[in-house]
Amino acid sequence: MADKPCCEPVAMNDCCNGATVLIYPCSGSSDVGEISDHAGRLLTKEGFGKMHCLAGIGGRVPGITLSAQAADKILAIDGCPQDCASKTLFVAGIDGFASVRVTDHGMPKGKTPVTDSNVRTIVQRGAEALRASELRASA
Amino acid sequence: MKKLQILGTGCPKCKKLTEATEQAARELGIEFEIEKVTDIDKILEFGVMMTPALAVDGVVKVVGKVPTPQEIKGLIQ
Repeated sequence: MADKPCCEPVAMNDCCNGATVLIYPCSGSSDVGEISDHAGRLLTKEGFGKMHCLAGIGGRVPGITLSAQAADKILAIDGCPQDCASKTLFVAGIDGFASVRVTDHGMPKGKTPVTDSNVRTIVQRGAEALRASELRASA
Repeated sequence: MKKLQILGTGCPKCKKLTEATEQAARELGIEFEIEKVTDIDKILEFGVMMTPALAVDGVVKVVGKVPTPQEIKGLIQ
């Protein structure tokens, strides 16, 4: 039986030449946290990468943490200036990632409806950040 | 008995990881069993997003690369 293609990422995508791209929204409880979550899922559906579990990074679940460390590109989507997604990644020793903050795009925390339009704005900013980012050195 | 699981769909690097893991376990002189996990859904259950990967007694130790047998010894023990 012939070998299968080598080391195909489980999180295959078309955005960055087949690189493994993982997306970590903060998925916080506020409106902007919810927008980050929807944006992460939509980026996944549209093939920019694969949303992965930020909670698994916080809990140091080995498979999840090691996957993040090995990813070619990472996008953190923070809802607000608390930057919980970015900080969670940093604390786990994961750096060299792109990030987008929802409140930086005219969406104040606690005053922003979770609409398709607002989610789409963050999807576009996330896609731009990914395209502009370099492949991670640790990957 | 150590349970050594190779997570991957059957690519050349998965096979290299299997060989390296077997060599490491033999050199350690331990009792072990190797299981090849090729089902994507089962691989995802480990949280693993790229292959190959190695789990020892159910705990993922390596993702997306093939360590040397010497390195794998340290991961098994």
